[in-house]
Amino acid sequence: MHQLAITVLGHDRPGIIAQTAAALSDLGMNLEDSSMTLLRGHFAMTLVCSGEADAQAVESALFPLVDGSLDVSVRSLSGTDERVAPGVSSLLVSVHGGDRLGIVSRVAGVIGDAGGNITDLTTRLAGGLYVLAAEVDVPDGVDVDAFIAKLAQTGQVLGVDVRVQPLDRDEL
Amino acid sequence: MPEPPVLPESSTIPALPALPEGRVLPVVTAPDPVLSADAPTVDATAGEVQQLCADLIATMKVSPGCVGLAAPQVGVSARAFCVDVSEHPKARTCHGLIVLVNAEVTAASRNEKAREGCMSVPDLTGDVKRGTRLTVTGQLPGSGERVEITTDAFEARALQHEIDHCAGFLFLDRVAGAHAIHSRKVYLPPG
Repeated sequence: MHQLAITVLGHDRPGIIAQTAAALSDLGMNLEDSSMTLLRGHFAMTLVCSGEADAQAVESALFPLVDGSLDVSVRSLSGTDERVAPGVSSLLVSVHGGDRLGIVSRVAGVIGDAGGNITDLTTRLAGGLYVLAAEVDVPDGVDVDAFIAKLAQTGQVLGVDVRVQPLDRDEL
Repeated sequence: MPEPPVLPESSTIPALPALPEGRVLPVVTAPDPVLSADAPTVDATAGEVQQLCADLIATMKVSPGCVGLAAPQVGVSARAFCVDVSEHPKARTCHGLIVLVNAEVTAASRNEKAREGCMSVPDLTGDVKRGTRLTVTGQLPGSGERVEITTDAFEARALQHEIDHCAGFLFLDRVAGAHAIHSRKVYLPPG
């Protein structure tokens, strides 16, 4: 059994997902987690699939997709990466302000230094406005107030607005 | 034709006092710092506040699709805004043109998530959870009379969005998750 990570990146056009999924299906590969979006109009998809075909076979099957404007890469994953940390609180960090170099680097640095793990991230550049939204798991034992204060201080240095709110999760 | 919304007796508001003629002002966009400032309360009876409210109405009315505008969006840090969701398909209760000064939310419940846009963030939209049953209080410009408005659905969302502007919050500060921010999709014509 092989678990493979596939990335497909390039010029957007209709049919990319259909072609990718058909090639995987024909090889008996089960498409597990996937994420696809347009990044400044460019197609960007990452997915994990598993089955009997190895990376080389999948790469060959996806080769017809590749042209000057679209690139595919396949790599084998080892072990299980499904980690569920015990005792974490989930926060949403929202940042917006004038675009400048280093916003993601500085904000992610503060999160990493506190032991926080970014589990989902979106950034958008819209004209001169830069927007970042990160979902962050913070382990128990971290001083959340101090963490938020540090993020706010970093925001001041960068000249951007930083807000932190608990991630709303309705358990039913 | 859909039935016109029926307003509960308690939710009618006094008529808006006469305001001076409004001027259409340019709308500022993020990251302008005026949009991030916690705006001060203002004297609802002051002449410049009446003029500001008239300007907000005039600017809202000439802006296609605009259902609300707050003072920071025209570059003025003040707690004043207008809202008008008349004929909007998502509105249930509708008070027509609402203009409030120094407004605040006194009760909000029944949160629902919906996608919002904003003239001050023209290229993005975001999924925001807000109360769909809402009570706000505020003052009418000119008379300074204190009023309470109870509403729901889209009018409730619009009021919370504008009150947020007055406190220096954009919908970007309220989005529901990392994947709740979206670029406005613009499709180029085929050819």
